[in-house]
Amino acid sequence: MRHLLSAADLDRDAAVHLLDTAAQMAATQEREIKKLPTLRGKTVVNLFFEDSTRTRISFETAAKRLSADVINFSAKGSSVSKGESLKDTALTLQAMGADAVVVRHQASGAPHRLAHSGWVGSAVVNAGDGTHQHPTQALLDAFTMRRHLVGTQADPDGTGRDLAGLKVAIVGDVLHSRVARSNVQLLHTLGAQVTLVAPPTLVPVGAHTWTCRTSYHLDEVIADQQPDAIMMLRVQRERMGGDGSAAGGGTGFFPSPLEYTRAYGLDARRLAMLPDHAIVMHPGPMNRGLEISADAADSPRAVIVEQVANGVAVRMAVLYLLLAKEKETTR
Amino acid sequence: MSGTTVPYLLRGVRPLGGPATDLLLADGVIAATGDEARERAGAGAVVVEADGLVALPGLVDLHTHLREPGREDAETVRTGTRAAALGGFTAVHAMANTSPVADTAGVVEQVWRLGRDAGWVDVHPVGAVSVGLAGEQLAELGAMAHSAARVRVFSDDGMCVHDPVLMRRALEYVKAFDGVIAQHSQEPRLTRGAQMHEGVVSAEVGLAGWPAVAEEAIIARDVLLAEHVGSRLHVCHLSTAGSVEIIRWAKARGIDVTAEVTPHHLLLTDELARTYDPLYKVNPPLRTAADVEAVREGLADGTIDIVGTDHAPHTREDKDCEWAAAAFGMTGLETALSIVQTAMVETGRMSWADVARVLSSAPARIGRVDEGAQAQGRPLEVGEPANVTLVDTAARWVVDPAALASASRNTPYGGRELAGRVVATFLRGRPTVLDGAPVEAPAPVPGGVR
Repeated sequence: MRHLLSAADLDRDAAVHLLDTAAQMAATQEREIKKLPTLRGKTVVNLFFEDSTRTRISFETAAKRLSADVINFSAKGSSVSKGESLKDTALTLQAMGADAVVVRHQASGAPHRLAHSGWVGSAVVNAGDGTHQHPTQALLDAFTMRRHLVGTQADPDGTGRDLAGLKVAIVGDVLHSRVARSNVQLLHTLGAQVTLVAPPTLVPVGAHTWTCRTSYHLDEVIADQQPDAIMMLRVQRERMGGDGSAAGGGTGFFPSPLEYTRAYGLDARRLAMLPDHAIVMHPGPMNRGLEISADAADSPRAVIVEQVANGVAVRMAVLYLLLAKEKETTR
Repeated sequence: MSGTTVPYLLRGVRPLGGPATDLLLADGVIAATGDEARERAGAGAVVVEADGLVALPGLVDLHTHLREPGREDAETVRTGTRAAALGGFTAVHAMANTSPVADTAGVVEQVWRLGRDAGWVDVHPVGAVSVGLAGEQLAELGAMAHSAARVRVFSDDGMCVHDPVLMRRALEYVKAFDGVIAQHSQEPRLTRGAQMHEGVVSAEVGLAGWPAVAEEAIIARDVLLAEHVGSRLHVCHLSTAGSVEIIRWAKARGIDVTAEVTPHHLLLTDELARTYDPLYKVNPPLRTAADVEAVREGLADGTIDIVGTDHAPHTREDKDCEWAAAAFGMTGLETALSIVQTAMVETGRMSWADVARVLSSAPARIGRVDEGAQAQGRPLEVGEPANVTLVDTAARWVVDPAALASASRNTPYGGRELAGRVVATFLRGRPTVLDGAPVEAPAPVPGGVR
């Protein structure tokens, strides 16, 4: 693995290996001394063109736990807003000797450009690009699902196993969601059956070719499929319309927040319809009362906080596999 | 008027790909053909051994962005017209989206004079339809029509004349001087923030989609408007199968509409957006393989009248960035004929006579530059202006963006092997290109009275 740009970069074996590595990383994090010397002398740059405190902190923690030097580069004025161009930023990082660049960008494909334009020689990790991909989010989601739905008492991580046969519902703003795109690909690769649930206005034209089913009716999906995991996507305030400023249109994608919540929100009633073992997921940050009610977010089935913790282990695994693959793990 | 130019004897050329003959170019016209050409050439004539080269009437582009005035860092009239000559063109229509916009007689005359002084091809400025391309108020179309530039083609290209009332008025108004409205068909609200064709690829790569209907809805409206007011409409760079269907329907109804397709929409598809390389970012966007098939068919059966390059030079910094930040457009003057040969001739869909029609006579007719002493797009017959392009159809060349003559390098064909090469271009008997190289410093076209 040279870069991690898209969930589609991973085949089944690579994905399982990554999850197994993440499990080993997670185990080290139970120790009193959490820091590993693995990436000592390596430099990881967090290049964030878009605000995302949680993702940045997660990557920063992961890199530091592996003893890498971390440079946080917040470049909010990209060439889109006539600041320094992506190219010049990349050349600067190259000059600083970055071994890996973790990039978050509002433009779809920006990490792909970084990796393939010849501007930098370092490994590129996509930490979310526009409405394209967020592969480490999908990996941490898969990791969380495997622990809860595949692992056994003897092997809580489900080491070596994929997600074959699991049913996953992903609900909400699929159109603008890089999390949904990455999860559809990765979960399919791992053998799970994904159903996207969204109002028709929030399903991309062209999504019929994706490796998943699509439904407009959340109640039907819960009742008929009895999903093992349900993932609620964040609904951005600016998609609700009314003010004429919504991207890609000018009017809202749905009539009102109330109507959205009635049809697609995870409330106590829908929570009760889920099978007993089902887990509730959300990539965060949540809009409580919109796509997810407090009842659901705070229920024992919610694994939302655990997703955050697993994010560090997964990102450790990604950095490890990209930067230290030639070395032995020191543990 | 070109009496100072020495005669040229083109030996063994195949006009429109037909039987080999000789052409004598003298005094700015085709003076003789066949045996008579050899006999009349005399000792003073320069002999061009053109054995087997296909001779076409000089190519005419109805859709060129020369960027001057305003963006001379991307292209100038001089660099752009030199590139045009190398591509086999003898006339180009310079689009109005310059800075300042070509929406007054003053600006169109400036561009026209720059073209005349450069001397590589005839430059026919296109006038803006609306003041500042803002789509609100008609520009002084009459003043531009009656200026020295004699504007006949009006377009807000780059922007769509989206207000139906303004479009109606424009269509009506230009009837007074036999003008045509060349529409950039793009419904603005359906394409706000759009980055690429909306479909399977956009869904996957997460770039905001540009639905085919945003083009088709405007074309459908405009052909009906043109019918209603009995005016002449030209549809720029149509790109979808649905657009072809609408034009086919409109022509069957007798509506006075002509349509254009770019070389890149004859060859490239939206799959290229997967690279996120902004060289493939263009307006209208690259469409699907099914659309490519439909525009090829439309061009072959005459539904689409012409190929227009939409040559759109951009500086490196406008393309050396992430997709969403990049400018729309690609260069095309120097590759257009090769693409048409590849997509249409070598696929058996068009003859060289058809190529001459879609790249010379039809665009000249639409632009109303096909008559008079400086007529373009005329047949290769004795007495006609000696605008001649010689093509080595057997040649194969690999595109090196740095080796092209345009001041910008944003060609989507870098590294690609293309078929056919322009060997020579003659503008009223004077060579602008010989042996595939530009003939530098041509004298200014004398006179300028038209």
